[in-house]
Amino acid sequence: MKNIRLLSRVVLKESIRRKDFYVLFVVTAVITLVMGSVNLFHDNQIVRYLKEICLLLIWISTVVIAITMAARQIPAERESRTIFPLLAKPITRTEVLLGKFFGCWIAVAAALAVFYIFFGLMAMTKEHHWPLTNYFQAIWLHWVMLGVVIAMSLLGSLLFSAVSANVTISFVVVAFILMLGRHLDKVALQVGEPARSLLEALFFVLPHLEFFDVRDLVIHDWPAIHWLVCVKATAYGFAYGAFFLVAACLCFRRRPLN
Amino acid sequence: MAAKTVESPERNRPAHVGELVLPLLLVGGFCLATDLSQWFQSWPGNRTASANLIAVALGDAGHLFANHFFVKADAYFHSGFYPSIYDNRQSFQTPHIAEDSGAMKGQNSGDETRFLAPPRNWIEAFGREFYPSVHTHLSEGGADGEEGVGTVREILPWLKLSAELDPKRVQTYIVTAYWLRRMDKPDESKQVLREGLKENPGNPQLLFDLGRLFLETQHNPVGARKVWEAGLRNLDSLPLADKTNVQNRFSQEQILAALANLEIQAGNTNRVLDLLHQLKEVTTTPVAVEKWINDYKSGKR
Repeated sequence: MKNIRLLSRVVLKESIRRKDFYVLFVVTAVITLVMGSVNLFHDNQIVRYLKEICLLLIWISTVVIAITMAARQIPAERESRTIFPLLAKPITRTEVLLGKFFGCWIAVAAALAVFYIFFGLMAMTKEHHWPLTNYFQAIWLHWVMLGVVIAMSLLGSLLFSAVSANVTISFVVVAFILMLGRHLDKVALQVGEPARSLLEALFFVLPHLEFFDVRDLVIHDWPAIHWLVCVKATAYGFAYGAFFLVAACLCFRRRPLN
Repeated sequence: MAAKTVESPERNRPAHVGELVLPLLLVGGFCLATDLSQWFQSWPGNRTASANLIAVALGDAGHLFANHFFVKADAYFHSGFYPSIYDNRQSFQTPHIAEDSGAMKGQNSGDETRFLAPPRNWIEAFGREFYPSVHTHLSEGGADGEEGVGTVREILPWLKLSAELDPKRVQTYIVTAYWLRRMDKPDESKQVLREGLKENPGNPQLLFDLGRLFLETQHNPVGARKVWEAGLRNLDSLPLADKTNVQNRFSQEQILAALANLEIQAGNTNRVLDLLHQLKEVTTTPVAVEKWINDYKSGKR
């Protein structure tokens, strides 16, 4: 446990040194503020379009941060050959991988906190209220989803030879699930066999990342989700995250380092 | 033995050749630009005529995006409860914001509250907890049922964007003006209609709405009559094919009915009967108009 904690701290420190987050945060803030300064029929209470734009940018930014950060962890250690002295210490490969995972996940949590504080402040200046429960559920579910993405990306970094290939494939898969995951069973009904069975199987096998996307509920001020639903979604996310992590550990254990 | 160094042919070339080529290319590019810019200005395909940066950047794709944002405004009106391309869209063929404002004749059928079929599996059922799955209108309380009509303001940014992307789309101005009026913003509503008329001069639908604005918010029947009659004249001057299209017939129907009501209030009996007979010819519900005429004649209305 101590090894995992130490390693995750190293990953966190490294992520603080990198410029990705700062650039993406500034871009998000600038675009949101520019959009917020538009005069719309002399009504300064219009806020939902701004919430939508800001949340979209937050989602894109955090997925970019999560995938790129997780995808380069193991390949960077191998390229710089620091993996050898690391594994020469009393640390197992599983601990290395878990340390990397938790480091990325905590770094992403810090980024999420900054993004959502900005979002909350921006929304509050126009709405004059702060639905804390809704925001907390949105951040929590978002963070659980990013955990699955990070685990998937770590697994990809062990399966694919190049970081770029892993990053591209991870982006495509995440975008596909977020945009189409919910509709796959409906699409399956409209096609013939064997595509139908294939799509239906895919529908049940894929991690439904769209479960964690409650942007529409936050944007349109819907009441908070029932806590039991939130707990179930968290368990669902943890199950898929654990699946990808175990698969990554198995791959890493068998994989030659050179 | 000393190693023999191989010199690159680049190094043997006199330095002044590169220095001469650069200004030569610059002058060549400048000459071509002056020649081509004249041709580009006179080319019918150039887009510099429009001052709208978005319209220039998107070109004809602007119409598609304009429609997308118009539908998005309707999705906002439903607080995000809106069918995707994979759902049954029978009850959302005409955007409700347009139907309510009278900008478009409704073609919706079926139950708008039930476009989501019963869930087929647990994933679909569970997934519905994470997006809006109850039918609401912003004008009737919104998502929590307690929001005032002012929340309809949230549809305005998308309507404004839609109008900027496709300034020739009349419905966008009418819908925007209608909801601004509902939000007690007559000046902004009038401004939107004027912008619409600037882009679509003499459009009968826009004139009808302007007349309605004159009558309802400014209590100015003279102004209303003037613009409605101008609308009727414009409709009459249209070619037959345009005159008989669904939207123009709908506008004609609206203007004739509104003018008839105005004349009833003014007590111009002959004019009322004339307008109602014209209305009977164009309407899709002649029986109702016939009843209106009879009621008017018998003094019931």
